[in-house]
Amino acid sequence: MDHTPANTPAGHPLDDEGELTKLHPGYAHALRLRTTLTAIPFLIGALVAEAAIRDLALIPQGIIAGTVLVIALALIIRVPATRYNARGYQISADRLRVVRGLLFRSDTVVPFGRVQHIDVHQGPLDRFFGIATLTLHTAGNHNASVSLPGLGEELAREMREEIRAHIRRETV
Amino acid sequence: MSEPQRTAPISVILGAIGSLRSAIFPAIAIAFSGIGGDGRFLLALGVGLVSVVIGTAFSYAHWRRLTYTIGETDIRVESGLFSRSARSVPYERIQDVSLEAKPLPRLFGLVAVKFETGAGGADDLALQYLTDAQGEDLRQLVRERRDDEAAVSVADPQAPVRSEPDAGEVLYALTPARLLTFGLFEFSLAVFAVLGGALQYVDNVSDIDVWNVDLWRGWLTEQGSTVASLGLFVQAAAAIAGLLGLVVIGMATGVVRTVLRDWGFTLTRSARGFRRQRGLLTRTDVVMPAHRVQGLVIGTGLVRYRFGWHGLSFVSLAQDAEGESHIVAPFAKMEEIAPIVSAAGFRLPDDSTQWHRASTRQRTDTVVFGSAVFVLAAIPVAIFAPFGLFLVPLGAAVLAAGANLYAWEFRRHAIDASQVYASHGFFSPTRQIATRLKLHSVEIAQGPIARLRGYATVHLGLAGGTFTMQGVPLAEARALRASVLETIASTDFSRLDQAPQNQALSEPHSEFSENFLAT
Repeated sequence: MDHTPANTPAGHPLDDEGELTKLHPGYAHALRLRTTLTAIPFLIGALVAEAAIRDLALIPQGIIAGTVLVIALALIIRVPATRYNARGYQISADRLRVVRGLLFRSDTVVPFGRVQHIDVHQGPLDRFFGIATLTLHTAGNHNASVSLPGLGEELAREMREEIRAHIRRETV
Repeated sequence: MSEPQRTAPISVILGAIGSLRSAIFPAIAIAFSGIGGDGRFLLALGVGLVSVVIGTAFSYAHWRRLTYTIGETDIRVESGLFSRSARSVPYERIQDVSLEAKPLPRLFGLVAVKFETGAGGADDLALQYLTDAQGEDLRQLVRERRDDEAAVSVADPQAPVRSEPDAGEVLYALTPARLLTFGLFEFSLAVFAVLGGALQYVDNVSDIDVWNVDLWRGWLTEQGSTVASLGLFVQAAAAIAGLLGLVVIGMATGVVRTVLRDWGFTLTRSARGFRRQRGLLTRTDVVMPAHRVQGLVIGTGLVRYRFGWHGLSFVSLAQDAEGESHIVAPFAKMEEIAPIVSAAGFRLPDDSTQWHRASTRQRTDTVVFGSAVFVLAAIPVAIFAPFGLFLVPLGAAVLAAGANLYAWEFRRHAIDASQVYASHGFFSPTRQIATRLKLHSVEIAQGPIARLRGYATVHLGLAGGTFTMQGVPLAEARALRASVLETIASTDFSRLDQAPQNQALSEPHSEFSENFLAT
């Protein structure tokens, strides 16, 4: 079996601890919008609760809705930015590294040689912001699919082609 | 190409018997319930008969409409009454072929043949039932087709291929005496769960309300007053006798279950793989190709570990019925496990293996957090419960701390040129071995505490199982990942499962050929 030297790690002094590439800025906006959408039902619920107990005059008006609003605002303003900053990826000649998680950090590396199939997925929100999720599927039970959300749409497709080309090169 | 074939005709009868079995309980229920008044026995009989007739009809129709074809490159099964489905499984994708003979089919000399592809239990291909000989032929056929796809011009599949009836070397066998010892260690109180289930059933079909507390309390006070009149010594003796009884029942259950499952356990090594036969009533016969083995798990138990007994399982995409890895030696000494391990192309850790222990910080953290739960629980208990009771959760906290301290003893990992090793467990170690080359991804995961304290959990992607190293210091985890990735990235997935003879010699990576050396 013939190894093209380009694929052997010796040819690439790979640094798995290197600088991470940031995701598409649209991803932060998408996260923010998603958080907002999640917060809306809670706000409505709080307003309904507020209206329901208004006549009882148990607590000053606006306490419930106010608290929920403050928490929601904090989440909408702070968390998406932090989450965006916590995420990143690193792509090299033969592997993809995905870092994610605020409290529970996870730092996964998938060699292209173990990729079974590749998905590029775009939800309606993603399409609005021009981003896409790249998912690599492996045969391992743990990390059976490693997804990298928040890539620019073009970039995601390019990466897919690149990984696919690598797989074909190895197999043929 | 062969003609489409049907399964054995007796399958229809077995299907009918199956429907009879499922009709019995509703029929009994009707007979003993109020439905139908005086005519209820007739009604029950009618319901039973109708369901048997319907079951038989369906069974026959299914048999008529299910055909299998043994093709050049794949096995095809077409089935379905109204909506037809045709499934094709290529020979190269068949992980293993297992023959299972449940008690009733066994009487008729029939087996269920299962082709495991690793696509997940329900999606696998199964033919029930074929005759013993047919099943064996089919297995031989699949193996030969897979092994020499192109090389051999395939003989007529109708003519049974009986070239090598696989009388390989026996690697491991459970003698009845060993089986008995094994059963004693398989202590199980499952019989009480069964009793509970039976009680529930009694409750459903009879007038006795088993969940009625008063009934039991009445019975208990009656018995209790008898016991109370006996005096302290007799009471203690009775309690000890009760406990002993429990132990005896638990061990007896263990022995019975083990004998049923593992009677005649034999593991044989043949030219291409491993073959395991076991079972007293339900006999199963599984063949596992050696090169499909992804990793090994050496498990043991709290007590049996102290006597030097271990169990060995193969991790692969194909799995046993309960979704567990294939057990190849359920109860063996390490020196018996060693030859099986080397036959599978793996090496056991030896003196040259450099074990690394988990971070001592992780030990401290698991001890603190493991016992913190109980300490916290002690606070409300101390406030609200009668004095002295708070000692119970405090005692539990001490025990938890001790258990976690002890568990650290077993938490180790190691890596060498071709394999990775990990060990973990509370009172006895579970050891895992995997080939570096057959890993699929590496993840370094850290929780908030782990990040603060600088250690991590390393998850290695293993097909058919999980592989985890706990409490690895961060720098070490990174170094480990780098070296594992170096091995993984150098060989493409498509080259992993190729037949060994094609490449074992030309393969430049020593670890790869090593894994196949024995194959």
